[in-house]
Amino acid sequence: MPITRDEVAHLARLSRIALSDAELDHLAPQLDQIITAVAQVQEVAAEGIPPTSHATGLTNVFRADEPVPCLTPEEALAQAPAVERQRFKVPRILGED
Amino acid sequence: MELTRMTAAELSAALATSEVSATEVTQAHLDRIAAVDDRVHAFLHIAADSALAQAADVDQRRATGEQLAPLAGVPVAVKDVFTTKNMPTTCGSRILDGWHPPYDATITRRLKQAGAIILGKTNMDEFAMGSSTENSAFGPSRNPWDLDKIPGGSSGGSAAAVAAYEAPLAIGTDTGGSIRQPAAVCGIVGTKPTYGGSSRYGVVAFASSLDTPGPFGRTVLDAALLHEAISGHDPMDSTSIDAPVPPVVAAAREADVSGMRIGVVTDLSGDGYQPGVLSRFAEAVELLESLGAKVTEVSCPHFKYALPAYYLIAPSECSSNLARFDAMRYGLRVGDDGTRDAEEVMALTREAGFGAEVKRRIILGAYALSSGYYDAYYGKAQQVRTLIIRDFDAAFGQVDVLVSPATPTTAFPLGERADDPMAMYLADLCTIPSDLAGNAAISVPCGLAAEDGLPVGLQVMAPALADDRLYRVAAAAEAAFAGRWGQPLLASAKGLGA
Repeated sequence: MPITRDEVAHLARLSRIALSDAELDHLAPQLDQIITAVAQVQEVAAEGIPPTSHATGLTNVFRADEPVPCLTPEEALAQAPAVERQRFKVPRILGED
Repeated sequence: MELTRMTAAELSAALATSEVSATEVTQAHLDRIAAVDDRVHAFLHIAADSALAQAADVDQRRATGEQLAPLAGVPVAVKDVFTTKNMPTTCGSRILDGWHPPYDATITRRLKQAGAIILGKTNMDEFAMGSSTENSAFGPSRNPWDLDKIPGGSSGGSAAAVAAYEAPLAIGTDTGGSIRQPAAVCGIVGTKPTYGGSSRYGVVAFASSLDTPGPFGRTVLDAALLHEAISGHDPMDSTSIDAPVPPVVAAAREADVSGMRIGVVTDLSGDGYQPGVLSRFAEAVELLESLGAKVTEVSCPHFKYALPAYYLIAPSECSSNLARFDAMRYGLRVGDDGTRDAEEVMALTREAGFGAEVKRRIILGAYALSSGYYDAYYGKAQQVRTLIIRDFDAAFGQVDVLVSPATPTTAFPLGERADDPMAMYLADLCTIPSDLAGNAAISVPCGLAAEDGLPVGLQVMAPALADDRLYRVAAAAEAAFAGRWGQPLLASAKGLGA
């Protein structure tokens, strides 16, 4: 068993997903099955093989640093769940103490 | 003239000579959508008013004698993963329900500039994760060949719209096969261009090193026309390739494979492949040989590790990309009652806003990237990616293109794999290698499987930036098959009646 129910619960917390107990019961064995299957990559002897993170080979793409028109504050805030004084209004991020 | 049965190339010609107006063409497609989309459910949003306004604009410009692009006045359906100003963009997810992006994707903008008429936004698996559209939060689309079968995914709505004559053209994205697999099971043409050949700016990201926008059409030439219209360097996408667009339209018109070296990938067959798929594929290979291609067998021994590598790389990138859905600046916010802090609100929002497959992949990605497992999973998968690229490099040293079935099976019944992730993942067995390598690939119809009468796709793969070879081979096969069948394959689709 490469992944336990407790580990899935921990990863869900790290991923900020408030999984229910029923979902955990359902997801944990599925993830276990998937991880067992994808672990096949470990069969490949890959000593000294460089990793590929993307296929184009492009590195350090630069452009001229020129100002261009951008969203107005109204446009940027138009889809916000809550707005106050031309700012995104969010729930508190610090505790009481 | 039955406007919805015409190809994009035919519509383009009729529009150019003012035989028909863009308004008539657009209205005919909106009428077709109104008549069949309650059964197909290809669309999440139908943009009738803006489509007719765009059409009126095209008609007016043409009346003044302005020279317009080939797709001016030709309708197109756009997958709901592309941002569209003044139109919703949901990605098939509750978390973006009602979101109206403040900007257009580069591809949306290029379509509008070309005068293509955007009919609306098509259904998809949530955030492009899936092979059936069953992961859409808004219900699945259905296959026009048989309404009880999946239309493929994730771009299933786009494929179904084209196969149901609701649009002559559609745009999708391919990350592990999400254009080619739905094209194959709906009996139409779909292309994954070279990675970096079509811009990702304004494409809501799933796996950034793999996501590739591309075209659907009912003919190879139509797909090429759309491919050309959306492609080319975009300074807004730092992974966009600054190179000329391959001559895809010219290649589709030439349709000549004489002397071409075609390699059959022996590793993409055998166990797990439906017999009717393999026999149609074998026929297609014989056909290409009879047209003058030199066919050989090629082995790509690491392709069997492509699926496991993909299901580590794509979820890893997804777990990072989808962190942006944090309920703070846009999208759904749940549980903000004044007592909960930001992290609790994030967790409640993501729990309510994401479906099961998205949650599975975020957690899988978090696992593959976590300290202690990174080298054994994500790191190893990246090395496998190198080995797959080397397999392709070796193969393309011997042949000009590779061919395989596009999918191991035809369209399966809705519901059959909905809660069996590993079975669902197998639908992309043949398409994933090209995504990992970033090269170009197409699926073109090659007949119906004997056992179920459903369409089979022939996949053609070409080296990066040699996308024109796909169209040369696919168009040659299409023309030869048309001669054999006497009518387009799609004329046999009876899911919506005769």
